[in-house]
Amino acid sequence: MTSLLVQALGVVALLVLGYLFGRVAERRHFKRIVKREAETQHLPVVASRYPPKDRAYKQQLVSGNVVIASDYFKTFLASLINIFGGRVTPFESLLDRARRESVLRMKQQAIGVNAAYVFNIKFETTRIASGRLGAMEVLAYGTAMIPSQDLS
Amino acid sequence: MLVSNLEFLPGRSVVRHLGLVQGSSVRSKHVGRDIAASFKNFFGGELRGYTELLSDSREEATERMLSQAKSVGANAVLNVRYSTSSIAAGAAEIFVYGTAVELQDD
Repeated sequence: MTSLLVQALGVVALLVLGYLFGRVAERRHFKRIVKREAETQHLPVVASRYPPKDRAYKQQLVSGNVVIASDYFKTFLASLINIFGGRVTPFESLLDRARRESVLRMKQQAIGVNAAYVFNIKFETTRIASGRLGAMEVLAYGTAMIPSQDLS
Repeated sequence: MLVSNLEFLPGRSVVRHLGLVQGSSVRSKHVGRDIAASFKNFFGGELRGYTELLSDSREEATERMLSQAKSVGANAVLNVRYSTSSIAAGAAEIFVYGTAVELQDD
């Protein structure tokens, strides 16, 4: 009986800790994302396959990736929602963070090589599972269009 | 060697198609990293070790694709795609493929 109580208390403690830490981490991350998105706004990322022909460009593949883990509270909440079905909002925000972060890292790389655009952006999402670990990887990649100095 | 996920590059045309080139890499983490990651799983957040692992693995797969492209005499790989699958607990396969071509400036 007491061991059951201890176990239940352990789960509650993990839920509370997961909720607190997870929420703080998510808020901070969103803040950072919004700030960096504003800083990198001058670089357009386009999903088109047809690059402009206005001038000469060099091309280079650029990419950004991030592996993000769920917290205990989100995982628990998701399993509850799973019973009734519907929008799994805790994971929606997680994937939103991961996707925006991966785009930002890709843009950072493109800015590093003085690109004017990034064309043909593709996303890829994979579940990384290892034992009880639940994590997702998001990869964003595209072609950086770098204006050639000599042929402007 | 030019690597791009575009199919057409303005100002340059494909003079020769040299077929599909590909590279893959399967990697896993050492146990220490796995344990550290499982702690992180309670509180959420980025798993930096895994991010690095996958990006290194992707670099290696791309390297392999490029050496294949070089051996068939290509100077560019176009329409490059990445694919990732977690094939077993703690291991992921990265696969990269594209079309090897010979490009010429117009």
